[in-house]
Amino acid sequence: MRFETDQGTTHAVDRMSFTLAPGEVLGLVGESGCGKSVTSMAILRLLPDSAVVDGEAIFEGSDLLAASAAHLRRIRGRKISFVFQEPMTSLNPAFTVGRQIGEVLREHMGLSRREARARAIELLDLVHIPEPARRVDEYPHQLSGGMRQRVMIAMALACDPRILIADEPTTALDVTIQAGILDLMRELRDRLGTAIILITHNLGVVADIADSVVVMYAGRKAEQAPVHELFAHPQHPYTIGLLGAIPRPGGVDGSGRLREIPGRVPSLAELPDACAFAPRCSRADDRSRSSVPELREVRPSHFVACFHPGAEPAA
Amino acid sequence: MSIVEVEALGRAQRASPQALRRRLLVRRFLRRPFAVIGLVVAVAFIAVAVFAPWVAPYSASATDFDALLTKPGFHGHLLGTDELGRDILSRIIWGARASIQAGVFATLLAIAIAVPIGLIAGYYRGWADLVISRITDVLLAFPFLILAVGLAAILGPSLLNATLAIGIGAVPGLVRIARGETLALREEDYVRAAVVNGASDAIVLGRHIVPNMMSTLLVQATVTVPAAIIGEAALSFLGLGVQPPTPSWGVMLADAQSYLSQAPSLALYPGLAIFLCSLSFNLLGDGLRDVFDPRTRR
Amino acid sequence: MGGFLLRRAGAALIVIFLASILVFAGVRALPGDPALALGGEDRDPVVLEHIRHKYGLDEPVPIQYAKWAWLALHGDLGVDSRQLPVAHTIVSRLPITLELAGLSILFGTLLGVLTGVIAAVRRGKPSDHASTMLALVGLSLPHFWLGLLLIILFAVNLGWLPAGGYVSLREDPIENLRHMLLPALVLGSGLSAVLMRQMRSAMLDSLSADYVRTARAKGLSEFRVVGVHALRNSLITVTTVIGLQLGALISGAVITEQIFGIAGFGRLTVDAVNQRDYALIQGVVIVAAAGYVVVNLAVDVAYSLLNPRIRVAGAAR
Repeated sequence: MRFETDQGTTHAVDRMSFTLAPGEVLGLVGESGCGKSVTSMAILRLLPDSAVVDGEAIFEGSDLLAASAAHLRRIRGRKISFVFQEPMTSLNPAFTVGRQIGEVLREHMGLSRREARARAIELLDLVHIPEPARRVDEYPHQLSGGMRQRVMIAMALACDPRILIADEPTTALDVTIQAGILDLMRELRDRLGTAIILITHNLGVVADIADSVVVMYAGRKAEQAPVHELFAHPQHPYTIGLLGAIPRPGGVDGSGRLREIPGRVPSLAELPDACAFAPRCSRADDRSRSSVPELREVRPSHFVACFHPGAEPAA
Repeated sequence: MSIVEVEALGRAQRASPQALRRRLLVRRFLRRPFAVIGLVVAVAFIAVAVFAPWVAPYSASATDFDALLTKPGFHGHLLGTDELGRDILSRIIWGARASIQAGVFATLLAIAIAVPIGLIAGYYRGWADLVISRITDVLLAFPFLILAVGLAAILGPSLLNATLAIGIGAVPGLVRIARGETLALREEDYVRAAVVNGASDAIVLGRHIVPNMMSTLLVQATVTVPAAIIGEAALSFLGLGVQPPTPSWGVMLADAQSYLSQAPSLALYPGLAIFLCSLSFNLLGDGLRDVFDPRTRR
Repeated sequence: MGGFLLRRAGAALIVIFLASILVFAGVRALPGDPALALGGEDRDPVVLEHIRHKYGLDEPVPIQYAKWAWLALHGDLGVDSRQLPVAHTIVSRLPITLELAGLSILFGTLLGVLTGVIAAVRRGKPSDHASTMLALVGLSLPHFWLGLLLIILFAVNLGWLPAGGYVSLREDPIENLRHMLLPALVLGSGLSAVLMRQMRSAMLDSLSADYVRTARAKGLSEFRVVGVHALRNSLITVTTVIGLQLGALISGAVITEQIFGIAGFGRLTVDAVNQRDYALIQGVVIVAAAGYVVVNLAVDVAYSLLNPRIRVAGAAR
């Protein structure tokens, strides 16, 4: 996947792949700018025209990347729905939230205006928005950030989708609301068997809800494993670094401070023919700096793209 | 920015940052053919206005009663003659003087009035800003023609009074832009640093804020000129600007109105001159906007 | 919203009041003795004195103003130099100009919004460049010249449309439209050029907004995404622009009426000034100021109807 811009071609994501079973919750993890959001948007072809996506996204037997616009429209919002990460700007300021939720229902379920409004109230209630009958006629600017995020979720749930893609659904929300939203997603999965792709940079959230995890770094897959396996035996130095960066008892070093991964994520314009993490990695050697590590299975269903995997924290 | 410009930066490393930036801007400008054409044509119009006595083939007021309403190309009159046998081309060339004068002076007048007001509103804010902004808002959509009509009624119709009216009419819009720029610039780090270091208001405004809004002002000036040129032509057309027999494009069009069926070319060429002249300035202004702020083009 | 509109209406009244004082003082600054103008050929000092007294010109200006304003509030704008009631003259001329302005705004807005949307949606493609160029041409085109060209083409050469004049709507609706077509086209073209540029940039902003991506992710058709979600927000910006173009529209109306020989309000304004007709100038300007303020108010109302942030005061930020 690459972006063709005025500045030349930018490779955003490279060799990315994953599969998703019904009812599965997949955590897509990585620092900001590593290509998580881009990958998820590519599935529904929501990227601007400058984006070129090679590959395929098979959903219910057809390739979404090759599907007709009409076919794609029947899937967007109906079978696969999206919760975007900016609740402040992702809702249209000019329409009531009820109308924006109802729009999906009228488009895909053929509901009348009145039915759609009634269902929108139910959905607002479902995402625990107080006084849904009043809120349904309000505009986004009248709602708090947390409520807007829940409106986004209500909109995504409207048609009981097969897959829910949630991009940082809990960032910028306070902890209690965060927990509520995760509960909501769990509920949805249990009730309808909806599969969920949860995009986040927060491994704590992943540990809480995900079944399996894909760790991304600079547009490439670094590590992939079931959630317990990953947390118990992280192999990629980057994953180990990330685990060190989340606030939990084992992750805090002697000084009581969060451990940071030194260095920064490389710009996507310069995706190297080498391990992208090498400049920040203490295990890196000449091989890491001259060739791209392939993904290989180091433990049962645990894949790593690293020449020097291992559970030990980097020195 | 593209690779070409990056290379240019690499080669010119020794030059001062200002010279470098200037070279970059020139390069960006030259890559816009419409802007370059606009510049060339605009400069040509100004040159024609300045050198009218040497450029014009005939005198603008010389009548030739043997050649009334000559068709273009006949009897040595490239664009024909009018109802008094005056050479159209020569009158257009002389008429450029009124248009360019009105365009340039009205713009300068507007900027001279608007920029200080905008600076005061944007820099000192408070009640001064409140009063200025309110008045500007009300006047922003005030029809300049009514102003011109009023001025012409009190002071008598003339090119000077038309220019005054057009210039004053352009003030509110420019105040708004100057105020906005000042508001943005005073938050810049280097301006704050100057203030902290104890620079007087005059120094902060004169050395830091005004120079940094020059590019915006240049663009605004370039697009105000064509508006003023059209304004002058309109006023002269209505008899509120240049008075006959002084040649002016607006007056020529007004005269042509009586001969639309016999000699349509009488109405064609002066209008074409107004159109090309303002188009050239507008192309130039649009190009400059892109050069200074490539984001607007997107 | 009530408070917002009330404040706007208050400001509008102040503007009208200021305009009335300004014009009253301005008219008295005009060169020449109005009594002379009213007296016509009669230069007898006694007659002039009588005229001055009759029109209250011998009283202090503030008293004159108070008397005039009191009558104006009751719809009496005095009589002009031909002894015709000013209010009546204005009322007979105004509808013509209002029709012209209305048709022009309609045409200019439709064309400007449409081309602006097309240019934004097809950004960087030939149709975008064409629309952008067309707008620049429209801005550079003096509309009185465009008027002359249209007359030459459609009236003189082709003979399809009348070159000027006016037929009232009540008299003959078809003829009325035939007479109004070219003037409205001329007056609307300038507005459409300005609107197209604003619309293009507003639409580019909207189209790159997150909520448009949300709309696409919902599976809406591209028509709904562009025509409902993006357009609605762009129109909010553009309403303001229409309001700001009002002055240009009034100036344009004066010239357009001149070219097409339409005896409307704009023509009346120019004539009033040329004839130094005190009462007429005062009446015309005060009505123009009121009209200007009322239309601005209407633009504000339209703006607040389109923009829920103003219509509904925010409960939470």
